[in-house]
Amino acid sequence: MHQLTLSDISKALIAKEFSSVEITSYLLERIKQLDPQLNSFITVTEQLALEQAKAADERRAQGKYHELLGVPIAHKDLFCTQGIRTSCGSKMLDNFLAPYNATVVQKLINSGCVTLGKTNLDEFAMGSSNESSYYGAVKNPWDTTRVPGGSSGGSAVAVAARLVPATTGTDTGGSIRQPAALTGVTGIKPTYGRVSRWGMIAYASSLDQGGPIARTAEDCALLLQAMAGFDPKDSTCMSEAVPDYYADLDKKITGLKVGLPKEFFGAGLDPRIASLVDTAVKELEKLGAVIKEISLANMEQAIPAYYVIAPAEASSNLSRFDGARFGYRCENPKDLQDMYTRSRTEGFGAEVRRRIMVGTYALSAGYYDAYYLQAQKIRRLIKNDFMQAFNEVDVIFSPTTPNPAWKIGDKAGDPVAQYLEDVYTITANLAGLPALSMPIGFADGLPVGGQLLAPYFEEGRLLNIAHQYQQVTDWHRQVPTGF
Amino acid sequence: MALEQTDVEKIAQLAALKLNDSDLAETTTTLNNILKLIDRMQAVNTDGVEPLAHPLEATQRLRPDMVTEENHRDDYQKIAPAVSDGLYLVPKVIE
Repeated sequence: MHQLTLSDISKALIAKEFSSVEITSYLLERIKQLDPQLNSFITVTEQLALEQAKAADERRAQGKYHELLGVPIAHKDLFCTQGIRTSCGSKMLDNFLAPYNATVVQKLINSGCVTLGKTNLDEFAMGSSNESSYYGAVKNPWDTTRVPGGSSGGSAVAVAARLVPATTGTDTGGSIRQPAALTGVTGIKPTYGRVSRWGMIAYASSLDQGGPIARTAEDCALLLQAMAGFDPKDSTCMSEAVPDYYADLDKKITGLKVGLPKEFFGAGLDPRIASLVDTAVKELEKLGAVIKEISLANMEQAIPAYYVIAPAEASSNLSRFDGARFGYRCENPKDLQDMYTRSRTEGFGAEVRRRIMVGTYALSAGYYDAYYLQAQKIRRLIKNDFMQAFNEVDVIFSPTTPNPAWKIGDKAGDPVAQYLEDVYTITANLAGLPALSMPIGFADGLPVGGQLLAPYFEEGRLLNIAHQYQQVTDWHRQVPTGF
Repeated sequence: MALEQTDVEKIAQLAALKLNDSDLAETTTTLNNILKLIDRMQAVNTDGVEPLAHPLEATQRLRPDMVTEENHRDDYQKIAPAVSDGLYLVPKVIE
């Protein structure tokens, strides 16, 4: 039963092959048995899940219909869930029961989804290995001595280990695509503004975007359909109509122009990954795609610009955590300043404190022009590169990450080494473009992902190409041993 | 330009964070490594380039000036560290 995809489960529920209560109970039991070795969940919402499943079965019996009615999923523990702990992977919010649902959560509830629980993540989504979570590292099911990537590591692992067919994630610099790549699943970061950020605990507001993680592009299409759309509560949400992603999946990709950015294939790329990307490109050619080399000249500046913009916005966003109205408060504060300082110092982990300090410095008097303003200008140069590239090609293909999953602890003491792992994913966030990662093979038993990038609001094109690729390959069907 | 330990203490203070003496040296080294990475961007000529704040150049929407929020004070106070009579309690500020 756990090998069924989201779409399989949807169809089986519609055909009444089993009930939502049955699949929900089955997966809850599986989480209980297998998750202790993976640590992909922070909270399992057993009672709520069973109530929602029962309600979904009743709605179905009354003749109600939705593709997602009764389908079990889990949310990254960064989306606010009413009355349920929403920790963001931090001691700061360990006691935080969100007073409302994020728009994404509410939309999925309205569609009939069942919430199995909240998945683990790097603290406040800051990290690429899931080691910075207050609740401990998440293990990669392909090799439990290795990291799953981050920050949506728990979401990716829960899907890869078949604990749940699909999850929500968020992506600020690669946090959906990088863990998807490192665990052998499919994930899409939509266009900035495509999915509401309301109720998503903010890291870097001009880069954050929510999206689905699942085993197939088809499943991502199903989930994104329900997540996307305008939300008056998010002032940066876009009002473009949401197309029917599912309807376009079967389109042939004959004549599709695929660009390979030469800057993404230079030094630093693991040769095993380079070779798998090469094979995937040949597969796309067989499907009728035309390959063209392109250039994204300012790509090298993406990491420096990102590590100004993201920490700067984080330092501002995270100033709300002061111990006064919600979250962690230190014991016996001697005065107000002591309450602020000790609550923040004790409540935040090392990486979060580090990024807050980098951001505080970048925004401090006298440094704003040299750092934040320069980074925002580079951001435009990166966007311009993409706009020029999309004059020549329909879509861009690249590796998702330069390396497969590394050993837990290997890069823990060296933040800069970890930052460099996001080299291929960060540009999409800076430019606000949609990007998808899909499994394209294995490097010595570890999954490798390929990344597709498209022009604004062309999520459907990405899902279509990935779906076509998944019709002729079976990398996405591989299961880690023991799961 | 490299940060001195005194700069890092000042930054921590601005961010309302406290650094132990034992952390200070290591934090200074780590922050300097991060700044070295960031400083690569100074080599780029950005004369005449407009900064990009929103990828789609969207601006904040306006809406009619009407009350749309309901009062959720009781819900919000339930999750607060300390409250009394509908007020949030913090350490004494004025003697």
